[in-house]
Amino acid sequence: MRAVENAVGVQIPENARLLRNLLHGAQYQHDHIVHFYHLHALDWVDIVSALSADPKKTAALADNVSEAPWGGAAYFKNVQNRIKSFVDSGQLGPFANAYWGHSAYKLPPEANLMATSHYIEALRLQAKAARMHAIFGGKNPHPQSLVVGGITSIRDLSPDRIAEFLYLTRETQEFVKKVYIPDLLAVASFYKDWGGIGGTTNFLAYGDFAETDAEPESLYMPRGLIVNRDVGGIKPVDQASVTEDVTHGWYEKGDAKHPWSGETKPIQEDPEYRPGSGQYTWLKAPRYEDLSSEVGPLARVLVAYGKGHDAIKPLVDSTLQKLDVPVAALFSTLGRTAARGLETVAIGDRMETWMGELLANVKAGDTSTYEPWEMPDKAQGYGLNDVPRGSLGHWIDIEGGKIKNYQYVVPSTWNFGPRDSKGVLGPVEEALIGTPIADPKKPLEILRTVHSFDPCIACAVHVIDPDSNEVIKIKVQ
Amino acid sequence: MEKEKEFYERLASKGVSRRDFMKFCTFLTATMGLSSSFVPKVAEVFAAPKQRPPVIWLHFGECTGCSEALLRSMYPWIDELVLEILSVEYHETIMAAAGHQAEENLHNAVEKYAGQFICVVEGSVATKFNGGYGKVAGKSFLQIAQEVVPKAAATVCIGSCSSFGGIPAAKPNPGGYKGVGDALGIKTLNLPGCPPNPINLIGTIVNYLLLGKLPALDDKGRPVFAYGKTIHDTCPRRAHFENDEFVEEFGSEEAALGYCLYKMGCRGPETYNNCAVAKFNDGTSWPVEAGHPCIGCSEPNFWDTMTPFYEEL
Repeated sequence: MRAVENAVGVQIPENARLLRNLLHGAQYQHDHIVHFYHLHALDWVDIVSALSADPKKTAALADNVSEAPWGGAAYFKNVQNRIKSFVDSGQLGPFANAYWGHSAYKLPPEANLMATSHYIEALRLQAKAARMHAIFGGKNPHPQSLVVGGITSIRDLSPDRIAEFLYLTRETQEFVKKVYIPDLLAVASFYKDWGGIGGTTNFLAYGDFAETDAEPESLYMPRGLIVNRDVGGIKPVDQASVTEDVTHGWYEKGDAKHPWSGETKPIQEDPEYRPGSGQYTWLKAPRYEDLSSEVGPLARVLVAYGKGHDAIKPLVDSTLQKLDVPVAALFSTLGRTAARGLETVAIGDRMETWMGELLANVKAGDTSTYEPWEMPDKAQGYGLNDVPRGSLGHWIDIEGGKIKNYQYVVPSTWNFGPRDSKGVLGPVEEALIGTPIADPKKPLEILRTVHSFDPCIACAVHVIDPDSNEVIKIKVQ
Repeated sequence: MEKEKEFYERLASKGVSRRDFMKFCTFLTATMGLSSSFVPKVAEVFAAPKQRPPVIWLHFGECTGCSEALLRSMYPWIDELVLEILSVEYHETIMAAAGHQAEENLHNAVEKYAGQFICVVEGSVATKFNGGYGKVAGKSFLQIAQEVVPKAAATVCIGSCSSFGGIPAAKPNPGGYKGVGDALGIKTLNLPGCPPNPINLIGTIVNYLLLGKLPALDDKGRPVFAYGKTIHDTCPRRAHFENDEFVEEFGSEEAALGYCLYKMGCRGPETYNNCAVAKFNDGTSWPVEAGHPCIGCSEPNFWDTMTPFYEEL
């Protein structure tokens, strides 16, 4: 949509920009909570251990570390009973056959019980938070009010809809501050060694949340490139420097290309997995100039931190202080997981400002949400976003009023892409090197780093034991 | 009875009254097209399930939007559904197990519950190049479907991809993607939509638990209770269509008045679904209410047959 708007040269009205920021902010609030509790927490939290927790001690722990609205020994006893009756039924469902009891789980039973109860609370909270999308977008997932030129939900600029949205964003933000962040800090304090595992080298953020028509200058989460972990020297980003390399993907051979001239020609056969020098993935290898770059929460937070961002810098500094770890600890699996929580605080808080501006416009009678446009015969455009998982770029080439070429380079392609023609590793490949593994048949540690990137793909990691040369395949979901 | 009492106590502790819950059951019963005499029985399915039926949820060529949609279920809450009503034996997104252990779960569940489990399929199946364009752990979707689906008590295709092929099957369809029914040459129960409303999956499952059979289906395998009428027939903006009151540009005065979106390319007249009645996210809204024309996402091959979306039918 931004790519087409860029190609046809339409500037969307302020209200459309504010509504898009609000929908996008709601996406961050929702996504990051779901990622932390439902897609990542069980890498750190042992549900089975929660069964042996003392509910009274759990209540004391919860009072001490979090401001969660639920608690007390009775509450935790109830959650424990729920898990117990579930386990006793013999139908463990989604919790069956995981790595419970693994030596890499470090939380005491009480912390496991607290986190498990918040896993369930978060499951309910996210269903409510998703209603924000439905208010201005018709439904979630896949909202349907976004169109080239603006947004269609003009009738939802009514006091009741706006109040409902505001109520939901505040309720969600309260959860973020009183439950998510305290849980994050509590869990992190037991896993500080993960501040030295799972790091990468280069970071790319397109940035997002334009606050005026000027991009990238007005982006609330700024645009920038970090090379070799030099957070002090943030470089500007030019979309012309993005290419995709297909050397190790299941595509017809060809040179690395910029997306405007990019090709997607999958091989016409049943693909064979040939790791190392051969082809081993459906992903292409995106590069910025020659750099393999991590995208996502850690990249955004590092770029904002390096630029001295009003909200992000103090959040990062106070978190490092609370955990008593150096800035270098940010370049890690733990840093990535922490960055996701911290940016949720900053973005969720900023939603109040955007809502205030939207309300002021509506109050003054300005409900303009759409700018008409004409389809040109020939044009090129690009759109750069930063979505919860990371930098997302779309490129369009229009000819005869129709799409001649359309390419997008998505966050999980940046992070999970393979080696390039020069043999440079993709970010996740790099991050996994040196990961200590207690039991190669139960590689919980691999899941931690892979999940910390919030993959939007199913993937396989092959672990080779250097002593026995035993190859173990791991599927990560 | 004891279980039922506990259930209502738990509901009450979450701020949901018995009355609210019965209201939901009434809504669900009506959505399913059953008479009101079924309301207490529907409530019983949630309050005192006699068994937790095993569910094996397969992911093929898809975006996980259908699973995400189900996660938004608020009545019953998703944790109740997953932990207390159903027994979800295999679901790649929510399960804690990974790797070999995950594969083992699938294998064990299929063997243990052969002939008893509900198989929910999300995503379409690659058929070209031996199914090479879509695999999990080295096995093609086609192979997995051939092994698992015939052993299910019932197979429910959730979403347009598993029902009819969906976006992976859109032209030029390099992987030869097909819906599950097409790929296996069998009849399936289809709940198309991108994503479908979770209320229709819950309605289907409740029907199964309650009556021991699947709901009545139309010729495309869709439950009549949900897909019996077109969007156009149930649209609250229908009167504007009859009165020739149309939106001709987004953001216009007519758009602000909530006129008919037919001229903006609305596919409501050709799309069978209950979006206008059930609405999404606990009844918050649906695309036409948000001022956007229906794109016909629950019809077969919608990506090829319903485009270009913004041109009048």
